[in-house]
This record gives sequence, C-alpha cells and structure tokens, in this order.
Amino acid sequence: MDLNTIAAVAHPQTRAQLPAWTAGDAWLAGGTWLFSEPQEHLNRLIDLTDLKWPALTISETHLSISATCTIAQLDALACPPDWLAAPLINQCCRAFLASFKIWKTATVGGNLCMSLPAGPMISLTSALDGICTIWQANGGEQKIPVVEFVTGNNRNRLTPGDLLRQIDIPLTALKRRSAFRQISLTPVGRSAALLIGSLGDDGTFTLTVTASTVRPIQLLLPKSPDAATLGKLIAQEIADDLYHDDVHGKPFWRKHMTLRLAEEIRSELCDTARP
Amino acid sequence: MSFEINGTPFSERPRAGQCLRTFLRELGHFGVKKGCDAGDCGACTVLLDGEPVHSCLIPAFRAEGRAITTIEGLAPEGGAHPMQQAFLDAQAFQCGFCTAGMILTCASLNQAQRTDLGASLKGNICRCTGYRAIEDALNGTTNVEETVEPGTAFGRSLPAPAGPDVVRGRARYTFDTTIEGLLHIKLKRSPHPHARIVAIDKAAALAVPGVHAVLTHEDAPDRLFSTARHERDWMDPDDTRVLDDVVRFIGQKVAAVVAETEAAAEEGCRRLKVDYDILPAVVDPERARAPGAPIIHPDRTQEQRVANARQNIVAEKHGEFGNVAAALASSAVTYEGTFTTQRVQHAALETHGGLAWLDATGVLNVRSSTQVPFLTRRTLADLFDLPKDKVRVFCERVGGGFGSKQEMFVEDILALAALKTGRPVKLELTREEQFIATSTRHPMRVHVKAGADADGKLTALQLDVLSNTGAYGNHAGPVLFHAAQECLSVYNCPNKKVDAVAVYTNTVPSGAFRGYGLPQTLIAVEAAIDELAKQLGISSFDIRRRNVVKPGDPMLTPPPSEYHDVEYGSYGLDQCLDLVERAMQADAPMPDLSPDWLTGEGIALTMIDTVPPAGHIADAAIALRDDGSFELTVGTAEFGNGTSTVHRQIAASALSTTVDNIRLRQSDTVHGGHDTGAYGSAGIFVAGKATQAAAETLADELKRAAADAWLCDAASCTLDGHSVVSGVKRISFAELAELARAQGKPLAASGNSGGTPRSVAFNVQGFRVAVNKGTGEIKILKSVQAADAGRVANPMQCRGQVEGGVAQSLGAALYEEMVIDADGCVINAKFRDYHLPSFADVPRTEVFFAETSDAIGPMGAKSMSESPYNPVAAALGNAIADATGIRFTSVPFKPDRLFPALQDKFGV
Repeated sequence: MDLNTIAAVAHPQTRAQLPAWTAGDAWLAGGTWLFSEPQEHLNRLIDLTDLKWPALTISETHLSISATCTIAQLDALACPPDWLAAPLINQCCRAFLASFKIWKTATVGGNLCMSLPAGPMISLTSALDGICTIWQANGGEQKIPVVEFVTGNNRNRLTPGDLLRQIDIPLTALKRRSAFRQISLTPVGRSAALLIGSLGDDGTFTLTVTASTVRPIQLLLPKSPDAATLGKLIAQEIADDLYHDDVHGKPFWRKHMTLRLAEEIRSELCDTARP
Repeated sequence: MSFEINGTPFSERPRAGQCLRTFLRELGHFGVKKGCDAGDCGACTVLLDGEPVHSCLIPAFRAEGRAITTIEGLAPEGGAHPMQQAFLDAQAFQCGFCTAGMILTCASLNQAQRTDLGASLKGNICRCTGYRAIEDALNGTTNVEETVEPGTAFGRSLPAPAGPDVVRGRARYTFDTTIEGLLHIKLKRSPHPHARIVAIDKAAALAVPGVHAVLTHEDAPDRLFSTARHERDWMDPDDTRVLDDVVRFIGQKVAAVVAETEAAAEEGCRRLKVDYDILPAVVDPERARAPGAPIIHPDRTQEQRVANARQNIVAEKHGEFGNVAAALASSAVTYEGTFTTQRVQHAALETHGGLAWLDATGVLNVRSSTQVPFLTRRTLADLFDLPKDKVRVFCERVGGGFGSKQEMFVEDILALAALKTGRPVKLELTREEQFIATSTRHPMRVHVKAGADADGKLTALQLDVLSNTGAYGNHAGPVLFHAAQECLSVYNCPNKKVDAVAVYTNTVPSGAFRGYGLPQTLIAVEAAIDELAKQLGISSFDIRRRNVVKPGDPMLTPPPSEYHDVEYGSYGLDQCLDLVERAMQADAPMPDLSPDWLTGEGIALTMIDTVPPAGHIADAAIALRDDGSFELTVGTAEFGNGTSTVHRQIAASALSTTVDNIRLRQSDTVHGGHDTGAYGSAGIFVAGKATQAAAETLADELKRAAADAWLCDAASCTLDGHSVVSGVKRISFAELAELARAQGKPLAASGNSGGTPRSVAFNVQGFRVAVNKGTGEIKILKSVQAADAGRVANPMQCRGQVEGGVAQSLGAALYEEMVIDADGCVINAKFRDYHLPSFADVPRTEVFFAETSDAIGPMGAKSMSESPYNPVAAALGNAIADATGIRFTSVPFKPDRLFPALQDKFGV
C-alpha cells in the first residue's frame, strides 16, 4: 500500500554512506512487510538495494546469506550433494504463508528482523546454527547466534539504527542429517509449529523448535534420545508460557503438536538405520 | 524516472512511499486491482520483467528501468493470451475482480508449479468460484457452450457477456474511471467502543495543505435511518446517523476529511482532535441483555423498531404451537444441545466505496459498489431532502457482494461530501476498514431441543436463539426471523417452539450475509436430527425422508407467519436426498491414511423461500432497436451472480432469438423503473420474471405489428431468430423497427414482478471426512451437493454458484473467524490473519441438480445463490461427529479447537 508519510528515500551505496539514524527511519530491504501495513510513524526509507551485497557466498567453512538475499535466491541455490540438510531450504521456503510471488521480493534478513514466531527463515537459520552479523548503529559489529537474535514475538536484539548484515551458516551444519516437520491450522497456512531435528556425525541430536514458541528454542542431546527422554526434556525446557498464542493456534495445541512432531523427528532420525 | 509499461515507455516520478499498484492505476491501468493492498490476495499481480509480483508491495521507484506488464498488456491489442482464452472457455470467474491477478499468475507458472497448484496459487484469493473453474482453465477444459439455436438460450451454459472484458482487465468496476478535480475522503474512526463526542477540534486538520473540508455530526442530517436496505424501510430500526455524536463500536466513523489527495486526507484525520466522554461498554451478547448492562441505544423506541431498548434488545420473536415440553417428556428419544457460530466476513474482493458528484443539471450522481442502487437512491433522497429525480445511484460491475452491499455504508458520506464541497469525491475503504467498520454475519448462540418417536417421526423441535447484531440493528430482525424459519418449517412436527432475540453490543455491526441467518441455526437443527437418528439406529437420510415436508404439507413455524404467499411451485427435496445418497454410496478410492485418521460421513439439508417476504419488486423494459436487436433494461446488479447472462437468455428465449441480439443495460436509477435489488437470491426469480414478462409482451407486439402489415391473424405469426414469419411471409426485426418508426410507434414493452407468490428451493450437502485424532486436522474426502433450482437457467453458472457457496461456507466452517477482544476491537483485520479458503483448501464438490420445473419462477427456474452455503457447516459437523463420536458444537472446526476433546477421548 502507499506509505503516504514517507517523504524521502535514501539510497546509500556503502556503509559509510548510511545516513545517521533518526526516529521515523526504516530500513527497506524487500519491503514486503513494510508496504503491507500502515507505517504512519515513518518518514524516511533507507533502501539497502544499492549496497549490492552479494546474495550468497560459499567459503571453505560457511555459507554466507546476506540480509538482502531474497527467498527465491536462497531457494534456487544449487547445493553440493554432501549438504544433506539442503532440503530444509525448500521446506522452509514452502512454509511461508506467502506464495512464490512474494519470495522474489522478500528477504531472508527481513524475515529474521520481523522476528515473528512463524518466520521460516528463523527456523532454517537457527536450526543450521546460523550466526547473525549486525552492523551496529555506533559503527561497531556484533555477532549473535540466530537462536539468540530473536528474543520473542516481534522482538529481537537489534537496537534503533542497527542493521542485520548477514547470516553465516557453518557448512558442518549443512552436512548433518536432518528432519523437518510443520503443522498449520490450514493446509498451506502459517506455521503453528515448525520443528527441525538433526543428527551430527558424533551422534549429537539437535532439535530446533520454532513457530509454536515465541522464540526459537534449541535442545541439544549428546546422543539419540528415546521417546520418553525427549518428551521429558521438552516439558522441562519449554515452559507453558513460551508457547505462542494468536489466531494461528492456541498454546495448548501448539504444545502438543510440538511434542508430537518432535517424536516424529526423533523416530525418523534415531530409530532408522543410517543410510 | 522512466518505466516501460506494456511496451510503452513512461517518464513519471512516483511519490517516495508510493507502491507500484497505485502508480499503475494513476497511469490508467485499471486492470490492476486492490483486494487487500497488503500482499495477501494477489488481485494486484503484475509482471515485472516477466515475473509475477504483488504490485501493492513493490515500491514504485523500484520499477524504474524495468518492464511492467499488466493484464491490459498481456496480449496484443484486441487479442487474447492463451491463458485469457482458457479463462473465457472455462468461465473461470464470477465477479472477476481477482481474475486479472489470477490470469497473470497462472500464465507465469512453470510445469512443476502447475502440478502443485495448492502451493502455486496460495497467493491468489478468489472469493466466488471455489477454484474448480480456475483449475478447469489451467487444464484447458471448455465449460461454455457454443452459440445455440435461436429461442433455445434458456437452460444452456452460455458465457457471461462481460467475459471478454473481464479477462482483458477492461471490465469497469467501481473505481475504474478518471474524474477531473476529484477529492478524496478519509474517515476518522473511533478508538473507543462506546463514547460521547464532546468536541472535535478541526483547526489543525483544516490547516493541512489540500484539505477542503472536515465533516462531523454537526454537518450530518439530524435524522435516523438504517444502513440496511430493504424494500420496506420498516424492516430495520432507525438507529443510525450519517455521523453521530455517540460512537458505539471501535471503528465507527467520527468525521470525514475531504482533501486533494488521500495523503492529505489521512494527515487531516491524524490531526483531528476529538474529545470523548467514554461510556461503559458491553461486547458480550449474554451480558448485554442482563440487568445492569450499559444501554447502547437508550432513546430508541418501538416506533423506531427497536423492540426493547432498555434491555438492548433490537428484535425478538417468541411462539409455540402444540406443547413442546410435554412432547419431549413422552418422546422415545430426545436431544438437546447448544451451538455457537462465529463472526465471519463476506470478504468480497472489491471493498466498499464509491464516487459522487453533482452534474451540470444539479443531479447528485453516486457510483458505488452496491447491490441496491434503487433503495440507496431512495434513502439518500430522504436523508438529504432531495427530490428522487435529483439523485442518481448506479453501479457498473461490482467486485463481489454476498450481502455486504445490501447496505449503505459509504454513499451517505459521499453524498454529504459532494453536497458540502460541490466537488467530485471518492471514498474507497481499506481492507482493514472492511473488517472493523462494515458488517459481518450475525454470531449466534442456538440452543436446540428435539424429540422423535420410536418410528423416527419428529415429536418436538425447539430453538432458543441469541443473535449478536453489534452496535446497530441493520438486518437484525429479518436475519433473526429468517434464522428461525425454513430450518424448522422444512420438517413436519406437531410441536414447535421458538424464542429468538437479537441484542445490541458495542461491536462492529452484523448485517446481511448469504443465507441470512439460516447457516447459523441449521448447524443446531441438522445436528439434532442426526443425533435422534443415531439413537434410533436409522440412517440420516431416512430420518429426514420421514419428516420433511412434501407438497401439500403446511410449512409451519411459531409464531404463525403473517405472510401466506409461499407455495410449492416445485418440489425436488426428495430427489436431492436420493442424489446425495447415491453419490455418497458410489465407489470411491480411499486415500492411504494412517490409523490416526478417523473417517465418517454426514449430510444436512436446507429449504429456502425463493424471495424475501413483504415485497421484492423489479421492473424491466425491452425495446426493439433500429438494427433489429433488442435493448433490455433491468435494475438488478451484476456482482458475479451471473444474472446478466441469464437475463439475456430469458429475453432471447422469449423472443426466439439469440443472446448476442440482446443488449443489456442494468443497475442505474437513471434508466427509470424500480428494482428492489440483487439480494435474497432475487436476481433471477424476481427480476428475471420481469424480464420474461417484458420480452413476452414484446414478442406479442412484434407478431401483431407484422400481422398488421400483412393484414393477417397475429396467431399465425411466429418469431424465428431475427424475423417474424407467417406462412411464406417473412419480415426481419430491423424492417419491423423501420416500419414502427415510420408509424411513430416504437416497439417496446415493459414487465414487472412483485416477488409474490414465492416458491421454495432445496439443497442437500454430503461430506465424507477424515479427522486426525492426534492433531485435529480435517481432510474432506468427498463433497457432494444436490440442488433443486427448478429448471436450471444456466447449468455452468448454477454449478459455479453451488461450488462457490460450498467454498465460502467451508471457509466459515473450518477457518474464518473475526476475533474480537474484551474491549470490542477486531484483532485480526487482515487476510493473513483471517484465512480465506485458497486453492489448496477447497475440495472439488460434485454438483447434482434435481429435475423440476417451477410453476412460479421465470421459465421454471428457482433461485440458487444463497442456499448452497447453508447446509455446509451443518453437514460437516455431522460428518465429524460420525467420524469421531464427538459432537462439536462450535464453529469453526479448527484443529486447535477439536484437539482437546479428541485428546480426552483418544488419549494420544
């Protein structure tokens, strides 16, 4: 929709050109959320396009996803065959409530910064041990794991003027065997629980719970748990008030779906012979 | 900045915060529609460098240097892209408001996406079709019939006349026009559920550059009316002002700011200082009628049709015949339960709104998105003390209605602003405003008691209904009365009792919505019938066969109706039950489901009067044109109901010609005559009858004119395509027109229908479902609906009405719910939080028609636009009960609602 209070758009090309942050500013990445709701408190957009951050970079150790990488660019990444967890990328893209048309514009960074429980890029990057790089308003730089970056429904560690630059995914995480489960109140609707499990070479079992909880919660076990152990751990680690309550699912149901999907993941990863 | 739009370069500078959607529309590309303006519905889809995007989310400046393709540019001028042709051949639209975005999206899908339409099309909402016809278009299926022989149009699947314009983005909806000097209206809305306005300081708002006027209750007529539009004004209470000094729900309009731009009008609204005296509020309907509740309309009286203002009761009905209590006490089996239905929205993709201007002759012109132009004209004339001929109300194509536009929500403000400023004005509601400030279905709490004897004959039926009309009483009474009408009168039963009450609350008003109260009560009644059958061990079909009315049976509800004009013009309920039973028994492959899935079947039936009571009037006129074609003028509006197609079919059949020979003008008060409006399923049953009468009279006139010319008996003349024929003599319609003109007696005729007597139509819905006992998820394995629409005027379109009704009703049964917090605020006023059925959510419904011909309806047809909605949630509830053994009594049947009871029972 038209954002009629916007008087100016800045187009910085380098970090040095980023304007001094003032109240009424907003970063403009894809803009798919910004332009979807009235933003009467805003008067300037700072467009990140001309910073021309490379969308995806693969190094010896990491996959770096720039904050302005679109969902479609990430989904189109041709992954090497030893990235056993690569299917998670498409699974998480499909978990968007929005369709492929929005994927062309919406960005990975935008999804993280919105910090909604159902943000599927939060699910993906937290499950893959992603680390956020933040350009701080004071000129510094900060690195925070994605699981700690999002602190609650619509809440994160950014302070005014901070800018999410990129998310680095260790390749070791992409090489783990993984399992994905998601449930929604409607067949292709917004996630009410999205769980990702993975099994490391050393036998560690990691379960990342998102969407059902107000922030991502990661549970680590040194070895494959049995059903009772996992259920007990979830009950211990996820207090009832961490389950999200909104029109997309009641907390009681989200909790039970979390337990159910977690057990399905455990069973898939731990009860079957390794291929 | 330079842009390339549909191959043509443009040099324009968009505003800093402007989105591509409005930028394109300002450049005249009206095929780009606004459904939500928030990226959820896809109606604004355009291609950016060949890729589909939602133009409402794209900052306009980002399109610089890129190629934009709108629906108007998809094919070369005059041509049709293969996907446009496919949508035409399949008639994959009803109102057509989503069609441009749907076509652009479909045309860009790759093969993989076309095999996964549930995911590929989740960004495109169609509120009308139920998606089957869209899938047909993608599969290359042709649903429209080729041209048919003269005189045989009625009963054939002829295409909608607007089709070619709809698929090319050329069909003109309410805002698809450019008016010089247009001013924009934005509304300041109340943040309080109940408050008295002490003062409004306009100064800061008026100081905003571009603001022309601020209108408040001081400018509004000091007169009460109802936003509900009915032929008889006495059907609704006089409880509403154009702008009031008391606000009764969050979102009620407080003031209107009129400005050069929407931006200035918005800024003006923000700068208005409103001083409120906050009053106690009540949002719960039970509390609203309890002693001590805040009184919402304390000064209203029974003369103003408010039944009991001191108890917040706007309308009520009580009655009994026989003795229900005694009958229940001696029944072999009984059932008692309380059912609740939620607040749902019509979600027509075109929001409410309109344009108004004073023309050179001083006539106030209002072009709006309405189902009722004539009734709106009448009320505007009354409110503003204008002679009726000084007000013109009309609509062009309307982007969906479903009852929501049987109201006057914007035309009053438009008229006020045009009269005050003397300038043309526009008011277009946002999607959020649709949710918080128009109308919804009446939420109801329905308590049912029922009994039957050992043979399965009903002994008693009792309904206690509490309806929540919200802050105003528009449609409160008629919906309440209808809710307790046909759901009971369809069953023979010696003892019936009704207690029904509609109360005010400080919430967004309820209003007219497809089915008009019956879907809410049917959930309770049809559940009770099933529960009795289960106790008796007889089938859900048999118990209904033993108890439904048959021709000759009186159709009774207490208290006795004051209307006695409902007749069995035809009767196909028996066929509908048979058709659904047979279809449900047919072999079908069972999907491979894990043991967590429980399966079951359920049905529900509905009867509906084919016309609302107390008068529904339509005039039609038809004239022979010089070229031998006909001009048909009707008052009824087209908003996807398909009546434009059928009116031409009726006229062409009566005149033994073809539909391409009938030119239709519609829904404009300036054409003269009267039309109550396109509601209550009356577009064919009432207005069609007027068209039939006019066309048949003209057919006689044509024969008489030819007979006069030939000096023969008119009885020897027949019409044949484009001529009158008698023996070997033949005179073309064009020659007859010339003859008539020479004689100074143009050939024309008019017809009228008074909407009485009325007939009854029937529908039976069947579902087979699977319910996951571990998650609460529901899969619909089979959906069948049989409809008794009399002689079906257009099988393709009628099937579409049934499918669309089922889809819309499934939305309400499974997903949709407006959530209102303790303060009366709607907390999910956007599509991403109010889930409308998308392609993936809607099963294919097998549609069957009973073979009947109605003695009252035009050419044997009956209405079939509301009733397909009515039995859906009831049948689904019965199927879920059959699958799980649990009777769920509250809609929507969402997994998180079903889960606790499933967990209790199955312990997973």
